[in-house]
Amino acid sequence: MDSDPITPKQIYLSRRDFIKAAGVIGGSLILAACAPSITNLPQVVPYQPTGVLGEVEQQESLTSFEDITNYTNYYEFTTDKEGVAELAKDFQTSPWEVEVYGLVNKPKKYTVEDMVRQFQPEERVYRMRCVEGWSMVIPWVGFPLAKLLKEVEPTSTAKYVRFESIFAPDEMPGQKRPSYPWPYQEGLRLDEAMHDLTILATGLYGSELPAQNGGGIRLVVPWKYGFKSIKAVIKIELVAQQPASMWSEIAPDEYGFYANVNPEVDHPRWSQRTERRIGEFDRQDTLMFNGYADQVAHLYDGMDLQANF
Amino acid sequence: MTGWICKQISRKMNTVAPLSTSDSIITRKPVKAQLAWLRVGIHLLGLYPLIQLAHLLLADRWTANPIQFIEQYLGRAALDMLVLTLAVTPVVTLTGWKSLARHRRTLGLYSFFYFSLHFLTFAVLDYNLDVREMLRLILEKPYLLVGLLAGLILLSLAATSFRYWRKHLGRNWKRLHKTVYLASGLVVLHYALAVKGSLDALSGDILRPLVMGLLVSFLLILRLVNHQKHAAPAGAHTGLVQPTNLSKP
Repeated sequence: MDSDPITPKQIYLSRRDFIKAAGVIGGSLILAACAPSITNLPQVVPYQPTGVLGEVEQQESLTSFEDITNYTNYYEFTTDKEGVAELAKDFQTSPWEVEVYGLVNKPKKYTVEDMVRQFQPEERVYRMRCVEGWSMVIPWVGFPLAKLLKEVEPTSTAKYVRFESIFAPDEMPGQKRPSYPWPYQEGLRLDEAMHDLTILATGLYGSELPAQNGGGIRLVVPWKYGFKSIKAVIKIELVAQQPASMWSEIAPDEYGFYANVNPEVDHPRWSQRTERRIGEFDRQDTLMFNGYADQVAHLYDGMDLQANF
Repeated sequence: MTGWICKQISRKMNTVAPLSTSDSIITRKPVKAQLAWLRVGIHLLGLYPLIQLAHLLLADRWTANPIQFIEQYLGRAALDMLVLTLAVTPVVTLTGWKSLARHRRTLGLYSFFYFSLHFLTFAVLDYNLDVREMLRLILEKPYLLVGLLAGLILLSLAATSFRYWRKHLGRNWKRLHKTVYLASGLVVLHYALAVKGSLDALSGDILRPLVMGLLVSFLLILRLVNHQKHAAPAGAHTGLVQPTNLSKP
């Protein structure tokens, strides 16, 4: 197995080289190598790396398609990260509809096809830092949430965005467990939601978004812990008050509303100072805002990040 | 290491006193054969988690995050072995299956063995022997401090599990080895604190540590009940221990 810690370094390095080389040729070729049955999205525009995003692409190797699609926290299916892909294989991600409503002038229902046609997804290579202390580098395909929000025109009273996942216990066995307040919900402050780094993802590695990674469509907020990036979104509501989020409902002292990646804010179980990049052996230091401080730190000027974790 | 432990154990096993003087020569052989099979069975039980771990490696199922997987797997194995160890005496008293009793230590040592591997995975593979970072973590995360305390108790129990210490510590040996219940409680607490979810809302992954906690409590209650039963006939005058002692010589 390629993520085995005892893999000799040469093999490991050649794997990195392979991934790098494949990255140059293009995500779609990797797709062809890894999952030939998945079709490419026709609308994907090649992503032009800029700033820190380019740094991610050039200096850090992408996590393998296999690891990204087989190691997922998705409690709607199971709490076993390795078991999600199998349970999600029959989950219908298409057709998929998202309702955008609440404090907006033009509420609207979109299918994923509508959004892909209208908002032109692009490739975005982001670090993904899980609150459990592991991380990946994922080539998402998506478009800025801001594009969609501008179209529905939030009113002046809208201050937050609330996201809700699908509730389908017949297809998602984990939702039959009564110990979680399903459906999953998450929230962002409006300025966070409007930030260019915040995307709705419709794919990864140039392909459609696999069910186990949150297909039909999911949120990706790369400077926050992974659980903020809600999967299988069916509702986006503009609201005036800070919305609840599932994990902060379950354990408010562990998971805050902001959940910005911050090595200075401790968690009772997992070290947030370091992380293990999936596929690599040694731990590495966790970066403030997951390495996106230049782009997002200004959103939190004057805010006590220890108190608002 | 396991090999060495097993050798030591089987050497001791061969030197134990005969079962009972009333055993006839005819029935003795089968009993001995039974004992050998039981010993093999106990070692298979003890080695099962390690065999399964190797099997999972071959089946490519160490997950994308293998260090964390091994670490958690070994921790669960240590607790499983601990519960099996605690179950030995209640099973012996309930079923009268006396030959099982002499395997309690073997199971206890297996628990210590898995704990050691669990700790080594944490210290060497996970934190690359970064002592400063580990100390910092232990001081800031209660579950690590609790786990470390449990580990220190298990270490002292494993170290004094040999006949030499049993002889030399006398009464204190029993006292010391009763702390296995404290260690078990701490291990369960360590586990409960290490998983997601919250205990008061009974949400998250709290179920398995909760079940293990109930098992440990149940086994402790069985011991206490049995202890009282045994104490009762000896002292119709329970509070008066002195007279019974004096009447002995």
